[in-house]
Amino acid sequence: MNAIEILEKEQMRTDIPPFRAGDTVKVHVKIVEGQKERIQIFEGVVIRKRRGLCRATFTVRKISYGVGVERTFPVHSPVIEKIEVITRGRVRRSRLYYLRSLRGKKARIKELGRR
Amino acid sequence: MKRGLIGKKLGMTQLFWDDGSVMPVTVIEMGPCVVVQKKTEETDGYNAIQIGFGRVDEKRVTKPIAGHCAKSGKGCFRFFKEIRIESPDDYEVGQQMGTDIFTIGDYVDVIGTTKGRGFTGAVKRHGFRGGRASHGSMFHRAPGSIGASAFPSRVFKGKKLPGHMGAVRQTVQNLMVVGMRPERNLLFVSGPVPGSVNGMVLVQDAKKLQG
Repeated sequence: MNAIEILEKEQMRTDIPPFRAGDTVKVHVKIVEGQKERIQIFEGVVIRKRRGLCRATFTVRKISYGVGVERTFPVHSPVIEKIEVITRGRVRRSRLYYLRSLRGKKARIKELGRR
Repeated sequence: MKRGLIGKKLGMTQLFWDDGSVMPVTVIEMGPCVVVQKKTEETDGYNAIQIGFGRVDEKRVTKPIAGHCAKSGKGCFRFFKEIRIESPDDYEVGQQMGTDIFTIGDYVDVIGTTKGRGFTGAVKRHGFRGGRASHGSMFHRAPGSIGASAFPSRVFKGKKLPGHMGAVRQTVQNLMVVGMRPERNLLFVSGPVPGSVNGMVLVQDAKKLQG
């Protein structure tokens, strides 16, 4: 294994639960305001996961006061306190960009049925 | 005192800081470098040490180089560089040096050979804007006018034109040493360094330190 790979694996977090595009997640983000640190929760649908060891990122989309908001996080960022998977969605593609042009009921994602 | 080492660029990655920001870093394998020769004022007119890097089989080098390397007793090397220092007597021939000569937070200059681009046009080489691609345009990536006519009746020296680009020595100044792995001789410097992966680079103390 080459040195870059080892170095990136060292930085990867092991406490991140497995999740996929289409899942609804709660991302607990640490926010520093002056001296104080607090946790902000960003809840939405994962519309994209990009691969790459410690460089992996994922994008969460939610509707906030009628406005679509997307936020991209590095999966292994120390800013992320934890990730909670709320529901697992049944989707047929890995990049859910089509959600951007859908509103309301159409933008729903079916929950994955448990076997 | 100036310190320097030869290394091999292994590639780039990123490091996380605690505040969540990400820093692009280049990973350089720093040796081990071996002092091959000491040059002193009396014998050579200046003070320096010559260091070797990149072990090669003795069969792969010419006999003069093999003989030169034999004095250090550490095998043969592919690359040699001289580092000007004040007192060569602080070093021994055959002494090994690794990443540990730098500490985290140091600023270094990295010298390498840039990737060769071959014969390139003026757009890539000098950043000319070129013309539009469509709508009847017949002017795409050409350099355009290179001067006036009757006066001066020649092209000025230094006019930016197509030509060979890259594969030249280049220095990047004031990169911070942000980490290291002495057991594997890896050094992490902030930002990119010249040259391709597996290229040889020279890492030295910063000449013009950020003040």
